[in-house]
Amino acid sequence: MAKQLIKGNEAIVKAAVLAGCRAYYGYPITPASEIAEAAAHYLPLAGGTFLQAESEVAAINMIYGAAGAGLRAMTASSGPGISLMQEGLSFLAGAELPCVIADIMRAGPGLGNIGPEQGDYFQVVKGGGHGNYRALVLAPDSVQEMADLTALAFELADKYRNPVYVLADGYIGQMMEPVEFANQAIEPPPPDWAVLGTAESRKNLISSIFIEPESQEHHVRHMMTKYHRAEREDVRFESVQTEDADIVLVGYGIIARILKSVVEMARERGVKAGLLRPITLYPFPTRAIRALCGHAATFGVVEMSTGQMVEDVRLAVEGRCPVEFYGRSGGVVPTAEEILAFVLEIAKPAWPASILEEVAIHD
Amino acid sequence: MINEHDLAALNGTCPEHYEPFQDRAGAFYETFERKPENQEQTHYCPGCGHGITHKMVARAIDELGIQDRTILCTPVGCSVFGYYYFDVGNIQAAHGRASAVAVGAKRARPDSVVLCYQGDGDLAAIGTAEIVHAANRGEPITVFFLNNAIYGMTGGQMAPTTLIGMKSTTTPNGRDPWNEGYPLHICELFAQLDAPVYLERVALGNSKQLIGAARAIKKGIENQVKGLGFSLIEILSPCPTIWKMNPVDAQHWVRDELTKVFPPGVYRDRTKDAPVRPAPKPKPALADLPKMLVGKGGVAPVEPAGTAPAAVHDLSIRIAGFGGQGVLMLGQVLAEAGLSADMRVSWLPSYGPEMRSGTSNCHVRISHKEIASPVVTKPNVLLALNEPSLRKFLATVEPGGWVLYNGTSLPEGMERDDVHFVIKPFTELADQVGDARAGNIVMLGTLLEATGMLSGESIDAALKRLVKTERWLELDRKALAKGRETFHLEPVSA
Repeated sequence: MAKQLIKGNEAIVKAAVLAGCRAYYGYPITPASEIAEAAAHYLPLAGGTFLQAESEVAAINMIYGAAGAGLRAMTASSGPGISLMQEGLSFLAGAELPCVIADIMRAGPGLGNIGPEQGDYFQVVKGGGHGNYRALVLAPDSVQEMADLTALAFELADKYRNPVYVLADGYIGQMMEPVEFANQAIEPPPPDWAVLGTAESRKNLISSIFIEPESQEHHVRHMMTKYHRAEREDVRFESVQTEDADIVLVGYGIIARILKSVVEMARERGVKAGLLRPITLYPFPTRAIRALCGHAATFGVVEMSTGQMVEDVRLAVEGRCPVEFYGRSGGVVPTAEEILAFVLEIAKPAWPASILEEVAIHD
Repeated sequence: MINEHDLAALNGTCPEHYEPFQDRAGAFYETFERKPENQEQTHYCPGCGHGITHKMVARAIDELGIQDRTILCTPVGCSVFGYYYFDVGNIQAAHGRASAVAVGAKRARPDSVVLCYQGDGDLAAIGTAEIVHAANRGEPITVFFLNNAIYGMTGGQMAPTTLIGMKSTTTPNGRDPWNEGYPLHICELFAQLDAPVYLERVALGNSKQLIGAARAIKKGIENQVKGLGFSLIEILSPCPTIWKMNPVDAQHWVRDELTKVFPPGVYRDRTKDAPVRPAPKPKPALADLPKMLVGKGGVAPVEPAGTAPAAVHDLSIRIAGFGGQGVLMLGQVLAEAGLSADMRVSWLPSYGPEMRSGTSNCHVRISHKEIASPVVTKPNVLLALNEPSLRKFLATVEPGGWVLYNGTSLPEGMERDDVHFVIKPFTELADQVGDARAGNIVMLGTLLEATGMLSGESIDAALKRLVKTERWLELDRKALAKGRETFHLEPVSA
């Protein structure tokens, strides 16, 4: 298929349809609304259902019904709407139902504004709903990845019978880049555990209630085995010039794109910088980060938040080397130049003399 | 009592082969997983309306011969374990959400018969929004709404249907309308909606009422089998335990007191003249899907057109102006043209609150190399369609860059001697070719002529993809030519 220049939000929907998604329930919210608009156009074309629900609470429960009935189903929203969906997320995870949720993050807390931010990391990556569960989280940094990771999200959701997020920010959602889609569409048959309204599936039950404490404990332990398996098999990350890096930058989404520029700029100034970009935020690339502690002097974590993912980096590093943080929030996107200043600052002890002179002159 | 599987999970390891959680098949009375001491009885109390209603629903399923097709959505409340008593497909929902879950299941499997079973707290308090909208859309599901005026499972708190003066654990002095409002009349409320096909309130107060209830329940299911829309049967139901009555007194209280506040009757019956829902459209062949996904807004996929001049290796463009000046469109034309010329491109709009106040800007990058950051903070091309944009972004332009400004002279304080300025009244020039709104394209013509950054073929290919009407395509081509010639008419101020 030829390349199309489209928005990240639209790419999600096209990839979802090609991956066999036949149910979309959602509620509009900036900066995610194009996902609902594209779904309203494409899902019916593919013989699927699109419905603008009365609320995000209703939408995520419609997803629960559709997933329980064996369809690949998805929804999308932004921070405030994702907050409303958390009850449903917990039920989906507890009932072991696969589905895909796209969160196109905006600034918060509260109404905040519609500018891009990464302040949903805690509620999306760490849980957000009640109980012992995890959601898998994929973090695209380009429009192509909005498509590719959406397709992957459906596969992982089925593999683990668990909700999977595509977590992006307003910039990745609104941005247009060339994207190439799969040449073939798939439509997997309904899973054998689903409730289809047929004689064969009549015995099936979708439920998250285990009235005996021991049964509930057994159930959550079973879920933990899935998550441990994901931690072994499905960690994804991109590594850019980390082999010889003294400063390893860690960032995801639009920040990672800016950090790629920063790495070049820092190296032009003699500072050996590299980038580790988590593609899966859960499971987090803990081992990859820990492995870099051997030669990296310092980790520099950059986020469009007041510091959320940085906690996972610190947990991975476990005090082996310093972890510094630079964050902007409120819808402010940091410039490459200001991040470079941060990198030069944390790289100070290792600066070559020529840079020190340059800085002295500027001061 | 930890087995190996669990131990493995606790230790962070697990078997090589992932086994999905145990199949919970056959979840019926014989295998009822309640507290071990109560294996021989249902979990409903003596005299409870759920048991009676379950039997009526089950008999209707049998009589209609739809057991295999039935999907039962159960709520949170005493009937949360409905799936132990119904040998049908079962989906247990979150509190209040059974109707939303039922909608998802029914639309996923239109041939199934989806029954939604909810209590008064579930349906009429926490799930009011979901049920009202399901009813208002005429979702073809059948809803059984058990109204016993109290919260049973949680131990006797007030329900939205609790009667005035009735005591509950959260209305210890009786329900006071000044504090808790009035009992909610669901059937009367839903009778105001256009879509529902069938609304009836029945009671379980005596034998005659039971016969009526059984008839209404069967009719509600039959409507769905016939392909009709939304049916809801409200069932006034005894709760002897929480009401602190014996079963006989509780039944009498339904008959004598509950029905006074909630009069039984048919509140809507369009089963004879309701339209049958249209069958779903046939699905397209899977093989046809990829090509159906091309170009929502009529934007064709990008075909190679023109070539990129070797001199242009990395363009960082910022375009800004008032809303309506075609700022975002101009950016898209550039990005599409760059893509036609087989270059890497990105386009990033400002979509923040500033759009609402009438200004707009976008970032465009066109490069021979992989584009790292699509965010343009130091542009080498600034296209300023109004003065505020020039004031905002001029200082950010890289030395040696190009600044095109829509005006007749540089505003005060905007001088720089290290960039190339091209100052033209682009909007007026566009007016001369037929429409002032084409000022963005006149500016594009001038930019191309000044920098040679992209070939005419690439630009024309982009315009053909993006411009919706022939009239505008002609206009834009004229505007482009006007821009090109304008550049040569007067010298560039350096």
